[in-house]
Amino acid sequence: MHNEGSNVISRRQLLVEDWKHTLYLWRQNKLAMVGTVLVAFFILIAIFAPLIAPYDPIEVDLSQTLLPPSSEHIFGTDQFGRDIFSRVVYGARIEVGIILLVTVISGTIGLAVGITAGYFGGVIDDVLMRITDVFLSFPNLILAMALSAMLGRGVFNAIIAISLVGWTIIARLARAESMKIKSLPYIEAIRALGASNIRILLLHILPMCMSPVLVQLSLRMGSIILTAAGLGFLGLGAQPPTPEWGAIVSDGRSYLVEQWWISTFPGLFIALVVLGFNLLGDGIRDMMDPRIRR
Amino acid sequence: MSRLLDVENLRVIFHTYRGTIKALNGIRLWLNEEERLGIVGETGCGKSVSALSVMRLIEAPGEIIDGQILFEGNDILKLSEEDMDRHIRGKRMSMIFQEPISALNPVFKVGFQIAETIAHCNDISIGDAYKLVPESLEMVGLDWKRSIDLYPHELSGGMAQRVMIAMALAIKPKLLIADEPTSALDVTIQAQILQLLDELVKIGKNAVILITHDLGVASEFCDRITVMYAGNVIEISNSEEIFDEPLHPYTKGLISSIPIIGASRELTGIPGSVPDLVSPPSGCRFHPRCDFCFDRCRTEPPTLSEISPGHFVACHLYSDGVKEG
Amino acid sequence: MKLETFIIKRLFLMLIVLFGVSVVVFVVARAIPADPVGAILGGNAPIELVDEMRRRLGLDKPLFDQFLDFMSGVVRGDLGVSIKSNRPVIKDIAEFFPATLELAIVAALISIILGVPLGIFSAVHRNKLVDHFCRVFSILGVSMPVFWTGLLLLILFYYRLGWLPGSGRVGIFTVMPPKVTGLLLLDSLLAGDFGAFKDALSHIILPAVVLGYSATASIARIMRSSMLDVLRQDFIRTAKAKGIGRRLVIYRHALRNALIPVVTVIGLTFGSLLEGAVLTETIFGWPGLGRYIVNSLLLLDYPAIMGGTLFVAVVYSLVNLVVDIIYAALDPRMRV
Repeated sequence: MHNEGSNVISRRQLLVEDWKHTLYLWRQNKLAMVGTVLVAFFILIAIFAPLIAPYDPIEVDLSQTLLPPSSEHIFGTDQFGRDIFSRVVYGARIEVGIILLVTVISGTIGLAVGITAGYFGGVIDDVLMRITDVFLSFPNLILAMALSAMLGRGVFNAIIAISLVGWTIIARLARAESMKIKSLPYIEAIRALGASNIRILLLHILPMCMSPVLVQLSLRMGSIILTAAGLGFLGLGAQPPTPEWGAIVSDGRSYLVEQWWISTFPGLFIALVVLGFNLLGDGIRDMMDPRIRR
Repeated sequence: MSRLLDVENLRVIFHTYRGTIKALNGIRLWLNEEERLGIVGETGCGKSVSALSVMRLIEAPGEIIDGQILFEGNDILKLSEEDMDRHIRGKRMSMIFQEPISALNPVFKVGFQIAETIAHCNDISIGDAYKLVPESLEMVGLDWKRSIDLYPHELSGGMAQRVMIAMALAIKPKLLIADEPTSALDVTIQAQILQLLDELVKIGKNAVILITHDLGVASEFCDRITVMYAGNVIEISNSEEIFDEPLHPYTKGLISSIPIIGASRELTGIPGSVPDLVSPPSGCRFHPRCDFCFDRCRTEPPTLSEISPGHFVACHLYSDGVKEG
Repeated sequence: MKLETFIIKRLFLMLIVLFGVSVVVFVVARAIPADPVGAILGGNAPIELVDEMRRRLGLDKPLFDQFLDFMSGVVRGDLGVSIKSNRPVIKDIAEFFPATLELAIVAALISIILGVPLGIFSAVHRNKLVDHFCRVFSILGVSMPVFWTGLLLLILFYYRLGWLPGSGRVGIFTVMPPKVTGLLLLDSLLAGDFGAFKDALSHIILPAVVLGYSATASIARIMRSSMLDVLRQDFIRTAKAKGIGRRLVIYRHALRNALIPVVTVIGLTFGSLLEGAVLTETIFGWPGLGRYIVNSLLLLDYPAIMGGTLFVAVVYSLVNLVVDIIYAALDPRMRV
């Protein structure tokens, strides 16, 4: 063993090396780069929606109904004369909002349930895990649909519904992590020093669980959009005239034969953004994979 | 005794994100029929890579870029994959690995895995080969009735290694390669397994390459020892002489072992400190760790020279006045 | 022997979980502030009518009594009467579920038959052109929304090309074969009615392909990574050292191991097929359980909602149970 000082330096070197390696892997992984670009575009569109969108996304203009794509309306207009492109651009804001809120809510529930179950074990663990199993017994979309419909259709209730469905995987992950951490000697030491359970949970277990949970949450962002859009499409999520992408696709269903553009473009945006998240997610998973890191 | 294996100037590289790892730097190995050669060195010195190269089991990102491997007079590096399978692997050569349990397929019964080997070697059906399995299991000291239908996870490490040995020797190979066959086992089991191997190889007249980091084990089991360091062969000698008269400073260190092995173990955990085979030290790759290092060591890589009959070393300390070659 | 204990243990666990599922279904449908009576009768209905309706639905009782009623019904297989169709929910399910089952089975077959070989192929030819192609194909499959691909294919094959029918299980003029299993493809074959079979087949192709594509993609992805995982294992090196040849190494030694996790995913995929069916059925006018649930939700027909979701959860749990059993049978390590 070297002395303390050189150990600290080598650890810092390791960290730098680690970062370089991650950056290298990212640059090697062309698909992950494509994913990053797609996601970045998506977020930029959401932030700058008012600057990008040429028209109001909601205002009806009956003189402009069902126009095909042209230089004035690059994605055409819908049956109410609304510019599809503007609706899609503002829709990005709604999707970003859904992703963020669902991630925060389901992440919080999942973490709370997971670390409690993992840390206390025994009966608490059994009960919480059976509850998790119950929620896992429903196909995601079906439970989300039912919740959303019963809470009252709308974006916010859809967000709550998707969150209530999505926390289970996080809970399982956090449980496994906290069980690992719990058995580490330093937690024993802290407990011996008289720290309370709450204190240990919040100050020691929780922070250590964060990074795998964050990775998992980021992997799930694509499927959150798909679920939200699915709800919107079925009429059980965002309600008209909210420019949620799935709902816009649904708007175009009656006009498929002649006015294909109403459904096609928002759907394309869903596909591209979800593709972006999936490519990025795959990349993140690869970069985290110790076998590939070798 | 006739020459069974002759490896000349073998170069193997691995492509990684940091650059090319020069895993084998033109090594030389040879082995006569029925001879036992030990390859000794620390983790990452290239001893396993040498063994896998002889079986032609180096795969991407690894690549054999130069050299020849003469086996019974034919250069097997020139053979196609199909010919390797048809004539060499599992026919004239077989191999035992370090972690016996993970080296066995978890979803097949022990009997099937042995039968498969026998079937391939003798070009018979697996059904017919099954009839020969009990004999193989008894040979390695296992009760065949009890073990033939077990799955690998139901075996202890020692039993699993016996199964591996049964599998490897069932085909009566000319050459058996044993890659750290005992390092994953308990100390008491280690001795048993080595003894078993010793007996069986004596009976079967197989030539053996034993790869190990334990010079003691190697010299006890083998006729001749090759010491490797950082992708180079640095010393070759018969088993007695290497202990009585080690030449290379690294070999000497291995024998008086404690300081060097202690240090090297720790170093392997820290990237950049162990001889980094992406950009290995100039000259002699051992020079940064060598007490006897002088100017020439830093610039000129030493070549393997025969100092006394059968005793080769790659070190500038011995090259004065000795003709290189 | 050990496999049996395993199965019994899993069955017992499933019962507990299903009880929980019933509670969740009940809570979702009743304890949440949506007003089914208002939704059915409209906001301006006279108060007597509303009260009458509430009494009929048992909504005037305390919540706990309602729960007991519901649970005792569930145990007896009585899921109540649909407000909309005025028929027992269980009858509705019996009518609509076979259509969903048929769709899911065909989609599952497509996804397994395509996804497994695609994943193997991709892994074996890692980083070659075919691998890149397969990966892009799969990642698109899990990224594109089912309802969107469905609409695009509908535009192309129905509206533009007119090659395939756009909705329903059979054409209007096709005489339905006698009902045996409820699966039209099977029933028409049993009746020897090849005309009906062809018709049913042409109707199921589009929805099954749409539904199957995303499942194909996820199976191919898991198959690929599982295969790559296995190919890195020590025992693969042993198999190669045996000299048995690349084909046997891959198809005998690697595949059997690599399939184990894929079986689980196929089970999960069945769940995603059930939820995908909701969307696909809506697009293709497929008279299945998914559409039934969506319609019930839109009308707040809560006996139908409860019955439908509970039924789906039971089916999903059963599928997962079967998957676990197959898993245990495939992997000898699991049984210990």
